[in-house]
Amino acid sequence: MLSRVAERVYWMARYVERAENTARMVTAFHLLALDMPKSVQLSWKGLVEVTGNDELFDNHYQREDERNCVKFLLADADNPSSVLNSLRAARENVRTTRDLVPSEAWEVMNELYLFARDEIDQGIGKRGRFEFLSSIIQRCQTLTGLLAGTMSHDAAYDFIRLGRNLERADMGTRQVDVGALKLLKKNNDDPEPYEGLLWTSILRSESGFQMYRQHVKRRINGVDVVRFLLQDKAFPRSVTHALTQVQDALESLPNNEVPLRLVIQARRHAMNASVDELLAEDGLHDFVDRLQQDIADIHGANAETWFLAAPAQAA
Amino acid sequence: MAIDWKQYDPKPFFDELIAKPGKPRKPAKPLTDYLSSLDDTEIQSRKTAADSAILEMGISFTVYTEGENIDRAWPFDIIPRVITKTEWERVTRGLEQRLTALNMFINDIYNKQQIFKDKVVPRYVLKQSKNFREQCVGITPPHGVWAHICGTDLVRDGKGDFYVLEDNLRVPSGVSYMLENRQVTKRVFPELFESSSILPVDEYPTQLFDMLASISPRPQDYPEIAVLTPGIYNSAYFEHSFLAQRMGAELVEGADLVVGDDDCVYMRTIDGLERVDVIYRRIDDEFLDPEVFNPESMLGVPGLMRAWRKGNVGLANAPGAGVADDKVMYAFVPEVIRYYLDEEPILPNVPTYLCVNEKDREYVLDHLDELVVKPANESGGYGMLVGPHATKKQRAEFAQLIQKDPRNYIAQPTLALSVAPTLCGDDIEPRHLDLRPFILQGVRTDVTAGGLTRVAMRKGSLVVNSSQGGGSKDTWIVDEEN
Repeated sequence: MLSRVAERVYWMARYVERAENTARMVTAFHLLALDMPKSVQLSWKGLVEVTGNDELFDNHYQREDERNCVKFLLADADNPSSVLNSLRAARENVRTTRDLVPSEAWEVMNELYLFARDEIDQGIGKRGRFEFLSSIIQRCQTLTGLLAGTMSHDAAYDFIRLGRNLERADMGTRQVDVGALKLLKKNNDDPEPYEGLLWTSILRSESGFQMYRQHVKRRINGVDVVRFLLQDKAFPRSVTHALTQVQDALESLPNNEVPLRLVIQARRHAMNASVDELLAEDGLHDFVDRLQQDIADIHGANAETWFLAAPAQAA
Repeated sequence: MAIDWKQYDPKPFFDELIAKPGKPRKPAKPLTDYLSSLDDTEIQSRKTAADSAILEMGISFTVYTEGENIDRAWPFDIIPRVITKTEWERVTRGLEQRLTALNMFINDIYNKQQIFKDKVVPRYVLKQSKNFREQCVGITPPHGVWAHICGTDLVRDGKGDFYVLEDNLRVPSGVSYMLENRQVTKRVFPELFESSSILPVDEYPTQLFDMLASISPRPQDYPEIAVLTPGIYNSAYFEHSFLAQRMGAELVEGADLVVGDDDCVYMRTIDGLERVDVIYRRIDDEFLDPEVFNPESMLGVPGLMRAWRKGNVGLANAPGAGVADDKVMYAFVPEVIRYYLDEEPILPNVPTYLCVNEKDREYVLDHLDELVVKPANESGGYGMLVGPHATKKQRAEFAQLIQKDPRNYIAQPTLALSVAPTLCGDDIEPRHLDLRPFILQGVRTDVTAGGLTRVAMRKGSLVVNSSQGGGSKDTWIVDEEN
């Protein structure tokens, strides 16, 4: 398999996952906003902070209101991680690996992008938002399913799994970190009861509400939710599960020593964290920072090992 | 309201489907009957279905000057063009004959040059050829074949006879659109495939793969074949990736390949370097190898020519194959066929006047208002004079150009290209078209069943290029006996 192709399918998977995660997050927050009494102010800007692009946002927008934030997350041409830009980049990566990706998958990818491009206004406005985002999520899942069901599970597919799960782990850590701490504008009158709703919303961002209910048989609380999203071994969108998948994909690739060592280490960090202590001591943020660095290092090692087509010497 | 073929009058041109108003040609009758059974709304809904299929399937071509929007949907007319199998078999024989002779000619040019010594083709033709490559002299590629993939442009005149307009022996494109056009027609008009017996076109990628495998330097079951593309900004990128996908070959760019100290070609993979046996290159000679040709080329692979000359890698088409497809060489192809094969050409050339011959030149200068004048070495319609549409001043300018450099100009009569019914807005109107079949030559020779039909969508226009408002049609070779 060509190094250049490996890089493209890897990024394709990352971008699709990024688009889907962003769509899930906006959906959950949209639904939460509808539930909240008018007296409670939700910070849409918090969503922008989850994606790590808040500086970019500040450069382009004056008001941190719902419309601007949603527009930034979904459609903004200057935001490289907006749903539309992610899908465009994913499509470009599939377009340039069409020789390898099953043609049905290309068609779904192509339609997904065209749909997003043509209907994006539905997502920005309140009325069509839920339907638009649901369709984006569904189409991303269709693509993932098609790849799983029609593409040979060879090295190319391993790079897809690698990209998807690394992106998922990355987004998962961001959710845990910024999520609950910043979504409520700090306001002394914040009534405690809404905390439950907030954690529920974060679970919903990761489609984890139902699974949490089945596996954690207690009322929704911060420690359990963070533990679930970070450490649950069975839930497919938890950080630990995603890293396990990364490890699994890495194991069958050639020359995998460095990335493999890094992912095992990152997974151990995630598993061994004592969540109640971290929350009690306000140490969650620093912990997540370290975990994100781990994830960035894995990406760096992937690129170094397989992607950078260094002018190798022929036999 | 449905289509009324009595209202459709292709005069004065030869029409592919309709003999005269109200009288469809026999092989086209099931098609025309079916079309007239549909009302306007149904026709439009098929058109819409075709457009959205093209968008969904991502069938595109690239236009250079459009900034971000680099790929455009492929323009397609839903009404197929129909040719009988009997007629096609004759065309097929003609195309096989032509390419066989051309490959013998190219091999002769790069080796003994017997045809020049025997004065069948004058030597000056070679001297002025832009596509002659000195670096290829003395080489005989496997099977003596230089042009493995040829796209030959055919047109019909007012009587309906096929003529060869030109041979494309370098990197002809369009075959993927031929295949995709059929896919779209199957989606849009599935019921038509029941009433007519239409020859399938799907075999092409398999035949292409087999042909490429037949020029592998290492005879083995699984030769490593790569399609070399200039990259995503090339106008034919869609086709490069399409063919790589259909053949299960690697799609590579120059930077993916490296020539080793052993003069073999390798590609950079996640496992390290892997040897490549055959390269179907879709970049021009000049950019193939910066060590030998254009040193500025970023598209090519340094050392590739070295590897090819040593026989360590197969290249299709071989470098230098283009020597036989310039417009002056074209005029000699009938002679070339007689010389090497001792046969009469099955498919005629369009009559061509070589301005270097005094008699021809006089005729051309006297008849500039009727002729199309072309420079010998340009392609894509650059620097052409279309006599009947030109101003007096333009004709005078060309007269001067011809006298100054007669060798560089040829002239041909303006052809009354055939037409076919084409959906234009809400109406069915006659539009001019041509046909590009593809011929593969390795150990054996294969010709596509039909080819790519290109249509000039503008009324009266003869320009079929997709970049200039041309469209395309599915091309049916119909077996009347079934």
